[in-house]
Amino acid sequence: MFDNFPLWPARASAGAANVDALYIFLVLLSAFMCAAIFTLILVFAVKYRRRAGVQAEQIEGSTALEITWSVIPMIIFMFIFAWGAAIYFQERTPPRGAAEVYVVAKQWMWKVQHEEGQREINELHVPVGRDVKLVMTSQDAIHSFFVPAFRIKQDVLPGRYTTAWFRATKPGTYQLFCAQYCGTSHSSMIGDIVVMEPAQYQAWLSGGPAVPLAESGQKLFSDMGCITCHRSDLQGRGPNLVGVFGKPVALEDGRSLTADENYIRQCILNSRGQVVKGFPAIMPVFQGLLSEEQVNALVAYIKSLGAPQPGQTTKTAAAVTPQEPKVQ
Amino acid sequence: MASAAIIPERENYLNQEYGIKSWLLTIDHKRIALLYLMSITFFFFIGGFFALLIRLELLTPAGDLVAADTYNKLFTMHGQVMIFFFLIPSIPAVLGNFLVPLMIGAKDLAFPRINLLSWYLYVIAGILYLHCILTGGVDTGWTFYTPFSTAFSNTKVIEAGLAIFVAGFSSILTGLNFVVTIHRMRAPGMTWSRLPLFIWAHYATSIIMLLGTPVLAITLVLVVLERTLHLGIFDPALGGDPLLFQHLFWFYSHPAVYIMILPSMGVVTEVVPCFSRKRVFGYKFVAMSSIMIAVFGFLVWAHHMFVAGISLYSALVFSLLSYLVAVPSAIKVFNWTATMYKGSITFSTPMLYAFGFIGLFTMGGLTGLFLSALGVDVHVHDTYFVIAHFHYIMVGGAVMGYMAGMHYWWPKISGRMYPESWGRLAALIVFLGFNLTFFPQFVLGYLGMPRRYWQYPPEFQVLHVLSTAGSTVLAVGYVLPMLYFLWSMRYGKIAPDNPWGASGLEWMTSSPPPTFNFEQTPVVTWEAYDYANIPAPEEVPIER
Repeated sequence: MFDNFPLWPARASAGAANVDALYIFLVLLSAFMCAAIFTLILVFAVKYRRRAGVQAEQIEGSTALEITWSVIPMIIFMFIFAWGAAIYFQERTPPRGAAEVYVVAKQWMWKVQHEEGQREINELHVPVGRDVKLVMTSQDAIHSFFVPAFRIKQDVLPGRYTTAWFRATKPGTYQLFCAQYCGTSHSSMIGDIVVMEPAQYQAWLSGGPAVPLAESGQKLFSDMGCITCHRSDLQGRGPNLVGVFGKPVALEDGRSLTADENYIRQCILNSRGQVVKGFPAIMPVFQGLLSEEQVNALVAYIKSLGAPQPGQTTKTAAAVTPQEPKVQ
Repeated sequence: MASAAIIPERENYLNQEYGIKSWLLTIDHKRIALLYLMSITFFFFIGGFFALLIRLELLTPAGDLVAADTYNKLFTMHGQVMIFFFLIPSIPAVLGNFLVPLMIGAKDLAFPRINLLSWYLYVIAGILYLHCILTGGVDTGWTFYTPFSTAFSNTKVIEAGLAIFVAGFSSILTGLNFVVTIHRMRAPGMTWSRLPLFIWAHYATSIIMLLGTPVLAITLVLVVLERTLHLGIFDPALGGDPLLFQHLFWFYSHPAVYIMILPSMGVVTEVVPCFSRKRVFGYKFVAMSSIMIAVFGFLVWAHHMFVAGISLYSALVFSLLSYLVAVPSAIKVFNWTATMYKGSITFSTPMLYAFGFIGLFTMGGLTGLFLSALGVDVHVHDTYFVIAHFHYIMVGGAVMGYMAGMHYWWPKISGRMYPESWGRLAALIVFLGFNLTFFPQFVLGYLGMPRRYWQYPPEFQVLHVLSTAGSTVLAVGYVLPMLYFLWSMRYGKIAPDNPWGASGLEWMTSSPPPTFNFEQTPVVTWEAYDYANIPAPEEVPIER
């Protein structure tokens, strides 16, 4: 029972050390503050304990002291805020060119789709040193993707994508927990993150037949009939989707937004209220007709349509700059 | 009548009338306080029983004592019982009810019948919730997160929601009564700047109760509507937004933390000056810090949602605002410490609890800094770190303060002294048991142990065993006062009117007070905490 008694979590991602640094700072600061306050209380309690003939000295207060012990903590707090915000900003901003992994959570398992086509359940294989961006959604309740060794956590919501990213730094197997209570087997909704050396990872990738995700999406795109309207020759009844990902889109109702994963997802499932300016609102609703995995494949395909081809202008290339999906 | 009083059986609120009817139909704020005391103590032990079962289940990594669904119900009902049926009414409805009129020199609260109504609402809510427990319970977590609660849970969500809905109105009525009473019923000379800080704390609390609780009520109604009629409000499958629920829920439930802790701070602000024989250090700053906590408390709710999927920039704003609310809390801790400086300090039971409060609240507050720091919160969110943090605030803080207050005013409430040495022993046991229970949970949390887990990886076991051991010690510490308070009602030494030599109008009337509190309406000509002019008690009450 006592052979395995860690006091610090494994540290296996590029961001983990930053979180630990701030955490250690906060532990030291708290220890110092506790020591200071408790020592004062102890000293006062002993020194000013009730003694015969000694009266308490009445003191009204001190505005100078009050200001001091408001302003100094405030300055320290702002420092902590800025430090914490800087880490968070990094955590929430996936680097350009990160490999994308789609995650579908459901009661009570994690389903994973790699761009290369591999699928996993309750396991995620990744190579050391690669930026991995997770594009996640849930089929039912809210779940939360939590890898303590990476110090990352992100709730996974039904009906939209949320994202997280990490860069693993140490080969090994790390725990994946569901951190948002989701019903009976919440505590069994766990898995393994297997971090491998790149060579081993390549071997793992080529371990079985797999159709790349975008290719599955392309097949769906024609099977579901999307292709009849969304033609690439600008003659279709729907907008041309080549290079649309990451670009601003003007909508029929006058709004303008960026075509991120969530926008594309929503348009596929139910385009009501999201129709692109100049196009009729005739797209059928696909909600209930497509599984979350199929939607992911379609999104991956539409994103791949923007991938820069040799000879394309830089303008198109700029349009495919990976953007963080809006989750609001 | 008073002129005919005989010393051992002076007429007071307890012996003026007898019989069950004289209690159930009473409009005396002191009797209603006792009705509340009995009801919330009942629920405290139910919630505590659930907690013990939770801790016993977690003794081993495998889920082996109860079934997974049972475990999920246990932590849900532990949370809901403790928060809505114990902590929120605890100090306001018991000590506040008893003391607000006494401290400001009034005969009763502004609306005595509404006060009784609020207790009946609480009882109805309590019966509804008990019915929910006995007919299967609820498993949503105390937070009712959607769409789990509206679409996936197969338990008594509606019953639990309605019970808490009704309990909310009891809380609103108490808050309303306090606000009006404090504005309108102060004795001549009792100006705002002479009010005991306990009153300021209750005033701030009442504002939160009045402004926050209706939002919870609305949210629970929406949950019930979505669950029964499938109105699409929170469930994306029906076109709703699950984050909307979280915003609404925390808009109440974060300020609710201050409903629990502010009155406790008020108690400590009475106890520390009394047992230091000193006026409180920085009266105005302590008073204003209560108001600032109440106001800022409404602006920080989304710090419960840093990993929920809110935008990057709203997370930044809510992190920043969360640090603002830490400042007035720090001010209070510094002022209590400074109050002891050059005092004449005695270590009676209430003071020991107050020390415990300051220590545990400081640790709870400091760990709040971790959780407001965005980068760290991502890692520790929804882990045992959070569990430890809020138990340091709500048990280490709020319950310690409640115990301090119960001991401090018990002579006034019951007219009897409790056995002092038992009191000190219990305070020590609670402090040690509490730390043993919850300190290991900070470590567990940073290691990554998620909350609400029925079974867990074996490497977490040692810390869980420590925590479970602590919880049994804590249980002893809570049962003891219950026993000696009951004992003291019959066998305790008769309490003098002012056993501690304390300031405050409540100590100027008899113990227990007469039904209308004062023989004559007092006229206040002195500042609060006028310890320069109050002699220390000749003899600190001694245990029997």
